[in-house]
Amino acid sequence: MFDFLDKPLYAEYGGILGAFWVTIQLTFFSAIGSLIWGTVLAAMRVGPVPIMRWFATAYVNIVRNVPLTVIIVGSSVVLADQLLWTLGGSDTREISFRLAVLGFTLYTSCFVCESLRSGINTVPIGQAEAARALGLTFFQVLRIVVLPQAFRSVVAPLASVLIALTKNTTVTAAIAGIEAAALMAAMIERESDKVLLVFGIFAVGFVILTLPMGMFLGWVAKKVSVKR
Amino acid sequence: MSQQASVLYDAPGPRAKQRNAIYTVLFVAALALAAWWFISELDARNQLEAESWTPLLEAGVWTDFFIPGLLNTLQAAFLSILIALPIGALLGIARLSEHAWIRWPAAVWVEFFRATPVLILMLFSRELYRMAGVDSEILPLYAVVTGLVLYNGSVLAEVVRAGILSLPRGQSEAADALGMRRSQVMTSVLLPQAVTAMLPAIVSQLVVIVKDTAIGGAVVRFEEVIAQLRPLPTSDYRPSVIATLTAIAIIFIILNFILTAFANWLERWLRRRKKGTGAVVTTDMVEEQAPGVRLEDTEADVAGRKDDG
Repeated sequence: MFDFLDKPLYAEYGGILGAFWVTIQLTFFSAIGSLIWGTVLAAMRVGPVPIMRWFATAYVNIVRNVPLTVIIVGSSVVLADQLLWTLGGSDTREISFRLAVLGFTLYTSCFVCESLRSGINTVPIGQAEAARALGLTFFQVLRIVVLPQAFRSVVAPLASVLIALTKNTTVTAAIAGIEAAALMAAMIERESDKVLLVFGIFAVGFVILTLPMGMFLGWVAKKVSVKR
Repeated sequence: MSQQASVLYDAPGPRAKQRNAIYTVLFVAALALAAWWFISELDARNQLEAESWTPLLEAGVWTDFFIPGLLNTLQAAFLSILIALPIGALLGIARLSEHAWIRWPAAVWVEFFRATPVLILMLFSRELYRMAGVDSEILPLYAVVTGLVLYNGSVLAEVVRAGILSLPRGQSEAADALGMRRSQVMTSVLLPQAVTAMLPAIVSQLVVIVKDTAIGGAVVRFEEVIAQLRPLPTSDYRPSVIATLTAIAIIFIILNFILTAFANWLERWLRRRKKGTGAVVTTDMVEEQAPGVRLEDTEADVAGRKDDG
């Protein structure tokens, strides 16, 4: 039933497992990048400097309204084809991987920023005022009162962002044939007698990647949530 | 809110004001440097010449390419939400059923299609339609709408469920006390109120759907806005690729801004109005939905929702 998988075209992807491995790598590097850039954006957005707040707000509201497909296609046709950026990659495969990670990072960091900001906003202002009235310094207020509560309420939204990112990495198929969705696109056109099987394999692959992660992080979020 | 205290810091005093002024200057300098670097990068590849950008001002570019594309985007988006809404309502109610044999299959369906990427659903439905002999002209639209309906039906199922659960318990208790059957409680008490509470969430789901139609343009050759990136730069008008993509991005930004503003207005209106329970499934909750995560758990901000700029 599965011997069609041995075709040389599919071997370029390293088979189904190889293609999903690239999906995982894309998710991993984009998640790290989004966490960093999203945290910077969130810091600017809740900070005391008006121009930084203005910049972060504008960035989030603009970038999150652009379809991810436009950003990913843009990273390929604008950055790679027109501006000849390589981001240090040596072959096309490596270059498209890095450009995709850049695109996912720019897009996903909006949602990371929004999650972090809303986490900080869950802390009632009276708690910070009480802490300041007790004479705690800025960093003490952050460390003892605000951040412990903010981190707890941020687990569920960040988990959703991570899972959405995992599914979004399939958009890479629009610019390069390196990960699971592109392999599926190649397969489903050639194996017209096994359409259901091919779909089943890839759909179950993504269910395995996302559902346990969602259930586990959802459980953690419930466990650590602040009861008010 | 520049001079107000927030949960993180007090209203700035003289020293803090001075420090903020220094940060402002440094930040503007960094921003200007980044902008200058990118512009010179564009200039080095001759991307700033007028003839690459001015074709976008010609009427033909809009009447022959962007507007037909935009109409296709809107058509696919509205078809998807119209078909997905009843499916979502049925699935959402089924997940709240008292019978396990209804609840479980609905739960499996919802979790499966929330976990599967839309792009994969579109590829799959395109092959199914192709095998069923659907005309190749209409095939991409069918594939895009089917993919979006399968995914968003499940997303809306969770919105419906959260909408019903957001109503005060007293509503169903009162209906029970009146001797209504479960189906009556659902159809004449809970659902009408839940649908009202869900309206903002449904409109902001439209933003997600509009953005996802672009996937169809890139992978199943659906002739929506981003698909114009292929024919337009080689057409007689010859705008550059960068100019075309910029225009495409701006079209989406404007469209989604309008939808978001409408959703926010709906939300405010629902909260203000005297009739009803004031229960609202808010727009933030559906932006990113994940399988296995309960929608009501992801609502992080309750206290400070209204204070952002």
